[in-house]
Amino acid sequence: MSEFWLLLGMALATMATRIPVLITLSRRELPAGVRRALHYVPPAVLAAIIAPIVLLDEGAPNLALDNAMLPASLIAILISWRTKNLLLTIVVGMAAFLVWRTIF
Amino acid sequence: MPPSPSNRKLHFLAGARDTFPLLVGAWPFGLIYGALGIASGLSPLATAAMSAVVFAGSAQFIAVSLVAASTPLLVIALTTFVVNARHILYAATLAPQLKGLPTRWLVPLGFWLTDESFVVAANGFEARSTPEDRKWYLVGSEIAMFLNWQIATWVGIAAGQAIPDPASWGLEFALVVTFIGMLVPMLKGRPELISVLVAAGTALLANSLPHRSGLLLAAVLGIVAGLLAEQAWGRKEPA
Repeated sequence: MSEFWLLLGMALATMATRIPVLITLSRRELPAGVRRALHYVPPAVLAAIIAPIVLLDEGAPNLALDNAMLPASLIAILISWRTKNLLLTIVVGMAAFLVWRTIF
Repeated sequence: MPPSPSNRKLHFLAGARDTFPLLVGAWPFGLIYGALGIASGLSPLATAAMSAVVFAGSAQFIAVSLVAASTPLLVIALTTFVVNARHILYAATLAPQLKGLPTRWLVPLGFWLTDESFVVAANGFEARSTPEDRKWYLVGSEIAMFLNWQIATWVGIAAGQAIPDPASWGLEFALVVTFIGMLVPMLKGRPELISVLVAAGTALLANSLPHRSGLLLAAVLGIVAGLLAEQAWGRKEPA
């Protein structure tokens, strides 16, 4: 039964972040300044999610050779920058990660 | 004039097609989530149901780790809200472009909104001038993500019951490369680059803040940095 309440609580908490603002803000004009600020939401949030995963290990900086995420991320950045091809970036980045992990 | 059915289908399929690489990227992540759910002590049914009713990858990961640590339900729900709070910004970004749609559309569009569909929509909406076309495009992306996530979860649940310690494979890196592939093409000028560097730096320094609130702080400072840089140097492509 407690699994039911867990799912209900999480579902409501998630919906609260997704639905109300979508409804209220689709009914009025946003000020130009706010719209300009929203332009930076996707890149800022993505960077803030990625950076700690790649560069930290249990909260401490991890720049060691056996942190395969670091070289693989640099390779992925390079591929994405040169090709703008998302699928290629995922496949090559993942391959680089697994190969590096096997070697070091 | 309402769009013809074939037009709807066109935008729906375009949304699903533009999401395809992200479906691939979500697979390892969904597999691990399913396996971790089982390892955390959740039943297979609850693990699968969470993907269906919550449908938020990173929050689901954190929740199963909290379940494994016997965290009170209220704390898990509050953590879920904070971890998902970035969706408020997503909703605020997309809402002006979905102006005039009825609530019966906005509710499912919001329910299915993820990082991935948000980024797909932020790009795809530029080529679609009406909320009507955009809603079909967005819902095409969202339904593709949703079905893909359910299937990956089920396979992960099956694998979690068969394979010991699936998390040790390091497949969570799939999320990182996926997000890198989404992020880099957004860096069109100096303001975007500065915004990203400030957000990443803040996220690193604020990582120890409770309930992942460092993520929100990093997003806010990144946005402010982008706006300041824009005032200093101007922006290449006004959205």
